[in-house]
Amino acid sequence: MAKKVALLQGNTACAYGALYAGCNFFGGYPITPSTEVAEVLSEELPKIGGKFIQMEDEIGAMASVIGASLTGQKALTATSGPGVSLKQELIGYACIAETPCVIINVMRGGPSTGMPTGPGQSDVQQAKWGTHGDHPVIALVPASCQEIFSETVRAFNLAEKYRMPVQVLYDEIVGHMRERIEFPEPGELEVIDREAPSCSPEDYKPFDPSNGDVPPLAAFGSEYRFHVTGLNKAADGFPTTKAELVDAEQRRQLRKIDANIADIESYEEYQTDDAEVVIFAYGSTSRSARYAVNELRKEGVKAGLFRPITLWPFPEKRVAELAQQAKAIIVPELNLGQMNLEVERVAKGACEIIGIHRVDGEPINPGQIMAQVKEVV
Amino acid sequence: MADRYEIRFSGAGGQGLITAGIILAEAASIIDGKHAVQSQSYGPEARGGASKSEVIISDEPIDYPKATIVDACLAMTQEATDKYANGIKDGGLLLIDSDFVKQVPEGNFKVVRIPIMRTAKEDIGREIVANVVALGAMIALTDVVSRESGEKAVLAKVPEAFIDLNKKAYSVGFEKVQEYLAAQ
Amino acid sequence: MAYDYEKHIRAGKLPHIWCPGCGHGIAMKGLIRALDTCGLEKNNTAIVSGIGCASRLPGYMDYNTLHTAHGRAAAFATGVKMSKPEMNVIVVGGDGDGTAIGGNHFIHACRRNIDMTYVILNNYIYGMTGGQFSPCTPTGHKASTTVYGNPDPIFDISKLAIGAGATFVARTTAFHATQIDKLIAEGIKHKGMAIIEVLDDCPTTYGRRNKFRSVVDMMKRLKEIAVPVAAASKMTAEQLEGKVLTGVLYKEDKPEYTEQYAQVIERAKGA
Repeated sequence: MAKKVALLQGNTACAYGALYAGCNFFGGYPITPSTEVAEVLSEELPKIGGKFIQMEDEIGAMASVIGASLTGQKALTATSGPGVSLKQELIGYACIAETPCVIINVMRGGPSTGMPTGPGQSDVQQAKWGTHGDHPVIALVPASCQEIFSETVRAFNLAEKYRMPVQVLYDEIVGHMRERIEFPEPGELEVIDREAPSCSPEDYKPFDPSNGDVPPLAAFGSEYRFHVTGLNKAADGFPTTKAELVDAEQRRQLRKIDANIADIESYEEYQTDDAEVVIFAYGSTSRSARYAVNELRKEGVKAGLFRPITLWPFPEKRVAELAQQAKAIIVPELNLGQMNLEVERVAKGACEIIGIHRVDGEPINPGQIMAQVKEVV
Repeated sequence: MADRYEIRFSGAGGQGLITAGIILAEAASIIDGKHAVQSQSYGPEARGGASKSEVIISDEPIDYPKATIVDACLAMTQEATDKYANGIKDGGLLLIDSDFVKQVPEGNFKVVRIPIMRTAKEDIGREIVANVVALGAMIALTDVVSRESGEKAVLAKVPEAFIDLNKKAYSVGFEKVQEYLAAQ
Repeated sequence: MAYDYEKHIRAGKLPHIWCPGCGHGIAMKGLIRALDTCGLEKNNTAIVSGIGCASRLPGYMDYNTLHTAHGRAAAFATGVKMSKPEMNVIVVGGDGDGTAIGGNHFIHACRRNIDMTYVILNNYIYGMTGGQFSPCTPTGHKASTTVYGNPDPIFDISKLAIGAGATFVARTTAFHATQIDKLIAEGIKHKGMAIIEVLDDCPTTYGRRNKFRSVVDMMKRLKEIAVPVAAASKMTAEQLEGKVLTGVLYKEDKPEYTEQYAQVIERAKGA
């Protein structure tokens, strides 16, 4: 049987990806350019007995998502830069309380209210460093409507598997454009649910590291009763200030990422094998870059594209290799210089890193990238 | 058809041009099995102001989703013409509502003048279907999807009660172009 | 009546962090008696709090307990209750937590009339951070950030809750210990948002700055200012000057939020 297809906006694809992943709770607050995610889920979730709530503000939305997740729901919120700024407090809470949830950030221009209807990629460092303290971070950056669907599914999987918040960032261009989507059949994409505890309720410790870095998470309302706090805590979930416990707990949380890079990392390379100039680009900008690579190749210029799909953790190893191979890495992005800094850090001076930056609400067009590549060659 | 064909629909907010773009993209990508991307300008105005909707159609996957050089452009109002009837390819096409657009930009492209709103009002009896008249005219002029695919996409989009109205609007758009071209 | 306190607490987590003379322990015992009276199933009950002295209370209770971020308790609790409407949800917090940083969540939880019981311990001060003035510190009183006297007018928490749409609002004081459990129990039984304001004392950071020589003085004051609603109706405005009304201040039957949402689900499934 032919698969179901539809022309969907990126934001709509996100909502359907969430449903595919088993999302049954959405808590949000209206903000451009992400509102379609909420609109679609307000209609679809109750059909399957799921819950949609429009909260009083962005912080409340994030709080409701964490509360829902602790009862065992797969919970989602969707917002944009100013909303993520507000949510940072509780993104940190979801980290320390190791509560799975997914945060969609449809990126616009900033800072502050900035350009609500214009595209931006201004939150890519915020995704890494936005909330205070040391904590694990996973951020995904899809570049097409189909990929928004599948990466939203993957975001839920990673959140459930590693018991942490996962952010999906895509710019307004990808969020609002429409493309043909093929809906995967049930079972076609992997769907992961969090591990439930197998011990007796009396023995349950929600942060017990003895069987691995990701302790099983019980649900409120089940036979397990437990305590959750935003304070540094011991294995039993209760606050502690014992130095060795606090240290071990924080390092364990970071290890959830560091020890599982191969599982979390995802990127795509295009014409990089012999590339003299590599373009590092993500989201809508990677589409301009790919167009540029095709045009440049026609002219005999050896250009290639490296496109991270997992932005955090940063694909350090491969970017370092490409820096050894290339004359230059060009980093086009809709901000005034963010990921180019990370590319520079990883390249360690092995090649020139050139940023192309734009914050005027217009996309970086292929011509801009081509001109820069030609200048290098 | 070229590898990449770019169409821009522009007019006043509320004229249904975003919908026209979506229908064209659906005709191309869902019915004809080509690749298509539709995007639009976003502003605070839901009504009035100038708005645009762009559709890129290609036999190959589409990388850059925005217009580079426009093959065909529709402009329903003078404001939309002034703001969006630019970047049209040499040998390309500009379709204007001849009642509303009096100043046409200079350029090496063909200008087609049809009173789109008046046609919707007088021939169909409903101004609200002007976008479907315009879509029919655009498909007739560009042949970017077949007449049948376009009609199928239009009808898939509208509620049962409005099928006949829209079918008629689409056909009238098509016929107006044929009459216009015959008269040239 | 004998109450089984042990059954409800995590004995291993005691002693609590509250100072000698603090009323929070009295309120906690009241909550325990209310839970004992209502016989809520422990696994099916969540106690949620924000940040502050009062917000440490859930940690001592042998229930599903969620100690959240400053001011956010009502919003977290909303996520819990929406997800599992069959669960009993109790929120505990202080005046600053609930009406300043969490004021927005507080009024909107009231507006939705979502079924939870919110016990707000009003000790007129930010105790945990060392005694800064809260929205409930009386005008003219001293706090660590109002050394010349507080210029701010106060929030009347119960009036705020009624105005915002809570359908059960009651007030008592830490002095009236036996009334605490009765009002909380009534709140738990009420379908909808129940606010129980407990006027409390903080001898450490409020009392000593405001010329209360002892905890006993503070308790005496709570006793003196409290006027039961029924008695108040027979008193003149002059007689009521400086008093606060206690007992059930407001009660109304209105559609409850998760029940309303259950109807949304029915309509969506039927669509």
